[in-house]
Amino acid sequence: MTTSIVVDDVSKKFTLRYHRTLKQVTVAAMRRQELSNTFWALQNVSFEVQQGESIGLMGLNGSGKSTLLKLVNGVMRPDRGQVLTRGRIAGLIAARAGFHPQLSGRENIYLNAAVQGMSEAETKRKFDDIVEFADIGRFLDSQVGHYSSGMTARLGFSVAVHVDSDIFLADEVLAVGDRPFKKKCMERMKEIRDSGRTIFYVSHAPGSVRKMCNRVIVLEEGRVGFDGPTDEGISYLKYDNKADDEDDTDDDLGADI
Amino acid sequence: MTAVEETPAKGEPYDISHLPLVAPSATTGLFEVFRRRYLLRLLVRREISARYQASFLGILWSYVNPFTQFLLYYFILGIVVGLQDRFQNFAVHVFCGLVVVSFFTETFNAGTRSIVGNKQLVQKLAVPREMFPVASMLVSGYHVIPQLAVLFVVALAYGWTPDPVGMLGLFVALLIVGTLGTALALLFSAANVFFRDFAQAVNVLTNFVRFGVPMIYPYTLVSERFGSFAQFYLLNPIADAVLLVQRAIWVGTTSDPAEFTRMHIPDNILLIGLGAFGGSLVVLVIGQLVFSRLENKIPERL
Repeated sequence: MTTSIVVDDVSKKFTLRYHRTLKQVTVAAMRRQELSNTFWALQNVSFEVQQGESIGLMGLNGSGKSTLLKLVNGVMRPDRGQVLTRGRIAGLIAARAGFHPQLSGRENIYLNAAVQGMSEAETKRKFDDIVEFADIGRFLDSQVGHYSSGMTARLGFSVAVHVDSDIFLADEVLAVGDRPFKKKCMERMKEIRDSGRTIFYVSHAPGSVRKMCNRVIVLEEGRVGFDGPTDEGISYLKYDNKADDEDDTDDDLGADI
Repeated sequence: MTAVEETPAKGEPYDISHLPLVAPSATTGLFEVFRRRYLLRLLVRREISARYQASFLGILWSYVNPFTQFLLYYFILGIVVGLQDRFQNFAVHVFCGLVVVSFFTETFNAGTRSIVGNKQLVQKLAVPREMFPVASMLVSGYHVIPQLAVLFVVALAYGWTPDPVGMLGLFVALLIVGTLGTALALLFSAANVFFRDFAQAVNVLTNFVRFGVPMIYPYTLVSERFGSFAQFYLLNPIADAVLLVQRAIWVGTTSDPAEFTRMHIPDNILLIGLGAFGGSLVVLVIGQLVFSRLENKIPERL
């Protein structure tokens, strides 16, 4: 087994700035109020992920899931501890980032693919597949600013799944797509999983986590509350009292982050 | 590019053990930017096409803007103030300065705003963030081309013959502006994330640049007034760049280039220019160091 992700005793602190203007700072100083205060979004988080595992990252809003994802994809750096990854990372944390509203869908595909590390030749080779998967039809050459949110998400997802990534991060996309598209996404993610790549899936939907993942990590106020088999993780979160989310298109699928 | 793993066909074993286990956020600063030239090219192209988006004249504005500025300075300073009589082809003199100054101020201004302006990308994707100030510099550099073209045409009409030393000087001048512009853009773009005041401060600073270089007044006036203290004036790399371009083009349009060079351009301007380039490189290194320190906090402060 090859280690794919190492998260070693990671903590991440955020600063809340109360007073940003000169006027506010002066007033606060005169009243002897605190000028800033900090909180730990993640505290002493440690785990290792082996290649080919698919992890469901769960937890309540504000428990640090997004922050953890950003540390894994390299947007943020931990304040303490270290994060190590192996291979190329692609993901849907970035689904709509990198889209320039004034550029056409076509131009944005090239730009977004390049941002995720694809070369020009690679993008050209996969271009037709990307367009076909996104299924945005004749809107390909109109500017992305005029797309509906669902269309933008489809385009983003499509680029991300076509990156030859070794680690695939997924969040938020499934929240916007319509039912047929969600289904298509889940199938595509299963393909990615079955090809032996590592998946990091953030979701509140126990049904889809159960189908996608073989391990669940639950974050609670920035700490790892649970790390283990899927079903136990879901019952740890007490998300399993809904017995009716077994079918392929469970309705809370995608209430992500 | 990072090592690419092709998706294996079904059934084939998939193995990444040969890839190194590294920090996902590790970057090598500016070197990373040049390693990912393809992305840089796309970003530059995006900026260029976005700038004149939905405008009828499009790229023509890149000619109209400097040309009208040129006419204004020419009329006010050359004719109203009367510098035209004492300094032959004063209009060309001003234009030489204008090319340098607008390259620099554009880089500085757009570069400072570049990270905040690309929030969407910076917050979600692990792109080397030096990419954005560098792209701003290249976009500004791209807009120098039409200005230089106008300048060349005007100068040739005045009977200018290009000389190799002058052309070398022109090249050094562009290097100085590009390097110093990038350096300051790096510093200020990161600072601007923390306090948006920096973008305002840059506006103020660029006004000083416009008057701190021998553009709308000749260097001769500075050396006449300040004598040996004029050497401190030459510590400004942008002033050196302006003088280099004037040495390359303006003096060549006058009736007696040798005399005009002796009169109006400091001795050893090429050496001074190379020194200024060295200085700009030092500022660039400092800019990169500060940027790397601030970079950690950029995504959460945006």
